[in-house]
Amino acid sequence: MKMTVTAPHPYIDALLKGYEVPRGGVSWLNERRAQALERANALTVPTTRDEEWRFTDISPLTRVPFRRAVGTARPVMAEVARFIAPEATARLTFVDGVFAPELSATVGLPYGVVVSPLVAALDTHAAVIEPHLARHAGFEREVFAALNTAYLRDGAFVWIARDRNHPTPVQLLYLSTQQEAAAYPRCLAIVEAGADCTLIEDYASLGERVYFNDAVTEIVAGEGARVRHVRVQREAGGAFHIGHCAVALAKDAHYASHAVALGARLSRLNLDVLQQGEGVEVRMDGLALISGRQLADTHSLMDHARPHGRCRQLHKCVVGGAAHAVFNGRIVVRPGSQLTDSAQQSRNLLLSDKAHVDTKPQLEIFADDVKCSHGATVGQLDAEQLFYLRSRGLPDGKARNLLTYAFGAEVIDRIPVPSLVEQLEETVLAQTQIPTLSLPFVKGEGVRP
Amino acid sequence: MIRAGAKVLLEVKGLRAKVAGVEILKGIDLTVRAGEVHAVMGPNGSGKSTFAKALAGHPAYEVSGGTAAYDGGDLFALAPEQRARAGLFLGFQYPVEIPGVSNSAFLRLAYNTMQAVRGGDELDPLEFDDYLREKMKLLAIDASFLDRAVNDGFSGGEKKRNEILQMALLEPRLAILDETDSGLDIDALRVVANGVNRLVKPDNAVVLVTHYQRMLNYIVPDYVHVMDGGCIVKTGGKALAEELEARGYDWVKAAA
Repeated sequence: MKMTVTAPHPYIDALLKGYEVPRGGVSWLNERRAQALERANALTVPTTRDEEWRFTDISPLTRVPFRRAVGTARPVMAEVARFIAPEATARLTFVDGVFAPELSATVGLPYGVVVSPLVAALDTHAAVIEPHLARHAGFEREVFAALNTAYLRDGAFVWIARDRNHPTPVQLLYLSTQQEAAAYPRCLAIVEAGADCTLIEDYASLGERVYFNDAVTEIVAGEGARVRHVRVQREAGGAFHIGHCAVALAKDAHYASHAVALGARLSRLNLDVLQQGEGVEVRMDGLALISGRQLADTHSLMDHARPHGRCRQLHKCVVGGAAHAVFNGRIVVRPGSQLTDSAQQSRNLLLSDKAHVDTKPQLEIFADDVKCSHGATVGQLDAEQLFYLRSRGLPDGKARNLLTYAFGAEVIDRIPVPSLVEQLEETVLAQTQIPTLSLPFVKGEGVRP
Repeated sequence: MIRAGAKVLLEVKGLRAKVAGVEILKGIDLTVRAGEVHAVMGPNGSGKSTFAKALAGHPAYEVSGGTAAYDGGDLFALAPEQRARAGLFLGFQYPVEIPGVSNSAFLRLAYNTMQAVRGGDELDPLEFDDYLREKMKLLAIDASFLDRAVNDGFSGGEKKRNEILQMALLEPRLAILDETDSGLDIDALRVVANGVNRLVKPDNAVVLVTHYQRMLNYIVPDYVHVMDGGCIVKTGGKALAEELEARGYDWVKAAA
C-alpha cells in the first residue's frame, strides 16, 4: 500500500508548480482534472519499498528538476521525416506534448474515422469521449497517471465508428526536444463494435536531451473489434519515460500489442488489459533491447474478468552492458471466468556479465476450469540452435550473432507495419552484433509476417 | 554401390562416447567408402543417434575413445563447422526451430558458406532464389517455405524435407541422415527418399540411421549394421534389414 501524506511530495509539488487548469475544458473534464490533481498532491513518489516498484529505483528521476515543457519548439518536416511511417494515412505529431498541426496529417479520412487532437474533438465528439476519457487508466493510486490526467489537454483522439475498417495505420508521434522538460502525452482510442484499427504510438526525440515523458493511453475495443497496437519507445538515452496503457475489451474483441522499448535511461510501461466481455483474443508481444546503464521495466496485467478469454504473451529482453530489465507479468482469472486460456512466456538474453534481469510471473487464478501457463528463461543462446547453425558450416561467432539478432527479431517481425519492422530490425542488428564479426546475412531478408 | 578399390571416406575405429558422463557408445567400428549407402539400425536406446551426433561434433557428446579418419584426416580434431565445410552433413532427427531467421536467408547463408569452400560463386538473394526453386521442385516443397522462419511452425514432414533441401544445396560428401524417415507419411517418405537417391553419386556416401526398414524400400543400402548397447553387433546386406523387419531386434541381441 502506498502511503498518503498530508503535504504534497516535494517532487510532485515541483512538477505541479504553477499549475493552472488547462484551457479548453468542459465541466466534466475539469472535474476529472481536479480529482486527478487532488490525487497527485496526495500520492507520493513510489520507492523500491512499494511492491509494484520493487526492482525499479526511480530516484534518478527525482533528482532532475523537470519543468513543464513550453511549446516553443518548431521542428520542420525534414527533421521529423525519419520517424514517419509511410504506411500511415493519418498522423498526429506532438512536440514536447503540444500538438503540431504542420507535422500532422488528418485530411481525407473516410467517414466514420476521426483522428484529431483531443481538445478539438471535445467540441464535436464529447458524447463519445465522456464515458471513456480518464475512466480506464486509473489515477487513484498511480501518481504518474494522476499527474498526466491533471495536465490533460493536448491529447490524441482516435475514433473508428461501428463496423468501419480502417486498413491503414494511424500514427501518433510524440517528439521531445527540450532539456529538462516534462511532457504528458495522452491518447484515447475508441474502436467501436466490428471496427478495425492499427495504432502506432512512437516516442522519440530530436537530439540527446534529458527529459521526462509521463504518458497515458486508453484504448477501448467494442464487440468484435480488432485493434493492433504498436508502441515504440525510442526516447533519448538520458530520458525518463513512464507510460500507462489501459485497454478495455468488449465481447469477442481482438487486441494485439507490440511494445518495444529501446531508449530512455529509465523506462516503465504498465500495460493493463481488461477483458470485459466473453471470448476475447489477446496477443501481447514485448521486447526490451537495452544496454549501457539503461533500465527498462514492463509491468503487464491480463485481467480475465469474463469467461472464454484467450491470451498469448511473449516478453523478451535483450540486455547488454550494465543494463537492467524488469518484467512483471500478472494474469488474473476472476471467479467464474471459466475456459480461460492464458499463456505467458518470458525470454531473456544477457549479453554481458553485468547485465541484469528480474522477471516475475504473477498468476492469480480464481476459476477451476482454465488453462494458464507461464515460463521464464534467463540465459545465453540456445545450444541446440547454435549447433544446428554450426553443423551447416557457420562459424561459432557468426552463428551467435545471427541467433542474438533472431532473438529480438522474432518480436519485431510480427509488427504489422513493414517500414517499422525494417527500421527496428536495423536497431536490433546494431545493438546485438559483436562488432569484429561481419553480419552473416544480407538485410532485407528478414521474416515477414 | 560397392566398388572394389573405392576411396575410403570414413573409417571409425573403437569409438566410445559419453553424454552427461554416461558412456553410450562402447567401441564402434565402421568403414564407409565412396559410392556406398549404409543403414545403421537398432532398437531405441541402442546409441544410433549418439553415433550420428558424435560424428557431426555436437558439443554435448564427448568422444572418450577411438578414432575417426575422415577423408584421411582426424575428424575429431575439427569443430562442427569445419566438419560441415569438409563435406560432412547431419540430417537432424529433430530439426531445430529458429524463430526470427527466415528460411531463405538461412539456406542462402549455408549455401554461400559451402560455395566459398568449394571455390564456387556466392549467390545474391535473387540469383539464389532461382537456384533454390529448382531444388525445391525435386522435393515438392511449397514456395511459402521460404518466407517462414527456419523450421518454425513446420510440420514434422516439412522439417524433414527442409533437411533434405539443405543436403541438396550443400552437396555433402558424407551425409548422415538421423531418423529422416520418422514422422513421414508414405507419400512424404517417397518424396524424401527420391530426393536422397538423386543425391547419391559415385564420389559421395550416405549413412541412414533408422529404426524401421520401410525407408530402405526406397533407398537400397549396400550394408546394414545393427547396433545394440552402443556397439555394432551385426552387419549384412539389404536382406538383413528385411529379416529385422520380420523378426524384430531380439534375435540379433540374443545372437550377439
